[in-house]
Amino acid sequence: MGIIKTDKVTYEYIRRDDEGNVSGITKAVDEVNIDVQPGEFISILGHNGSGKSTLAKQINAILTPSEGEVYVDGLLTSEEKNTWEVRQRAGMVFQNPDNQIIGQLVEEDVGFGPENLGIPTDQIWERVNESLKLLGMLDYSKHSPNKLSGGQKQRVSIAGVLAMHPKCIIFDEPTAMLDPHGRREVIRAARALNDVEKITIVLITHYMEETIYSDRIFVMDKGHIAMEGTPKEIFSQVEKLEELHLGVPQATKVAHELKKAGMPIPDGILTRQELREELKKCL
Amino acid sequence: MVREITIGQYYDEESVIHRLDPRVKLVATLVYIISIFVVNTYIGYIFVALFLGVCVALSKVPVKYIVKGLRPVMIILLITILFNMLLTPGEILWKFGIFRISKEGLKAGATMALRLTLLITGSSLMTLTTTPNNLTDAMERLLRPLSKIKVPVHEIAMMMSIALRFIPILLEETDIIMKAQMARGADFESGNIIKRAKALVPLLVPLFVSAFRRANDLAMAMEARCYRGGEGRTKMKPLKYVSRDYIAYAIVWLYLAGCIAMRIFM
Repeated sequence: MGIIKTDKVTYEYIRRDDEGNVSGITKAVDEVNIDVQPGEFISILGHNGSGKSTLAKQINAILTPSEGEVYVDGLLTSEEKNTWEVRQRAGMVFQNPDNQIIGQLVEEDVGFGPENLGIPTDQIWERVNESLKLLGMLDYSKHSPNKLSGGQKQRVSIAGVLAMHPKCIIFDEPTAMLDPHGRREVIRAARALNDVEKITIVLITHYMEETIYSDRIFVMDKGHIAMEGTPKEIFSQVEKLEELHLGVPQATKVAHELKKAGMPIPDGILTRQELREELKKCL
Repeated sequence: MVREITIGQYYDEESVIHRLDPRVKLVATLVYIISIFVVNTYIGYIFVALFLGVCVALSKVPVKYIVKGLRPVMIILLITILFNMLLTPGEILWKFGIFRISKEGLKAGATMALRLTLLITGSSLMTLTTTPNNLTDAMERLLRPLSKIKVPVHEIAMMMSIALRFIPILLEETDIIMKAQMARGADFESGNIIKRAKALVPLLVPLFVSAFRRANDLAMAMEARCYRGGEGRTKMKPLKYVSRDYIAYAIVWLYLAGCIAMRIFM
């Protein structure tokens, strides 16, 4: 069994009118099956309201499925006694960097998770320094988080999750509120954790460019998994992606248009580099 | 405008006072406040002022900085003096219409001003030399016995430290909303008090909505990081007394004993 496994997960939001009567039920996630292997880098793509964030919260036991089952490292999330164990093994980084930093100093925030786990003091310091070092934020350990840039704040949040020694980290749109520079910082950090620390990464985003390095991509639409495959497989279906209101990376788009115009360019170009190589061949 | 208040804001410096355990400083401040009301002679006040002076000198916080912090409370101070002077009955020194200044009033006013100045300077010295975080930690530890009678001490301390963390964020947000509303023609500056208070509604409503959203997000983030109250939680920076803290305690109790002795024997 993989590290994350969902079995026909369904999550319903119940809408109520002013008197509190049920006026309708929205299925935010509808019978989703995913199976993530340890050490994989998975991306979940989808436009707003596709259910990707709701799915992410199931993995961390913040929400439990209305129907179906979620297993994290073999633990069933809907069982109450597993909740804290699940949250320790599957850490989560949220969208808004300001609203997830608890400490008044960078180091205190990173220490918050280990404190909650009841780790002895000297080991907390070890974990904090180790995590901050991995994310290149050790020089800022005595700084106030309010004075950091958005990208730096997110790196502190990641360090805070990492200090709990999770097996996998779920990134719930970590770059949505950042500038392009901050976005690159965060994605680079996520990739480094996957490469060096072999931590399983689940990246939830609506920016296509961020997913090109992942092992597998799931595309969600209206609570369903609409597409699944490697980045190359996904990005060669430009028309289908556009139908799902997702913009493909620039290089992919250009390659696709050139191919349609009759040039001998293969499908699934992801980066500018690849496009440049292919264009050279055409000359 | 809110940002200009500097009274008691942490002043970073390396000094004995800064390094003291925050619990010592908290207890010392309480003892000091009591001592101000224990003494009642001029020599007594000089003794208290001397004690404060030594503490300020040891803390290496510039006197200028402390005085600057006192400025906002000056008005309250003046009002207190004025009322004390005018409303205390006794031997009349000076009369003007309905105002009369008595000898006793003059004395009471001066004493009150002295006490208040000593009080405010002393307590601001504590916050000047202790980070807010250390202070909440100290409170949590000192009030821990209360948790036996079901007072949620840990939760209160956690709430205080979260509030402290979000003050600058919410201030910044207030600024942004204010500018956004001003760009839409809102007027926060003219009109009488009622009109101005009404003008704050379009500022406060979005601020509250956003504060609730933040609280919701933060609660989720804390739960995601396994926060489940104070039980079974360890401390990254546990408070530990060292020898200088015991010495400080001794000095503080001796000081209080001195003040009481002066009250009784002089």
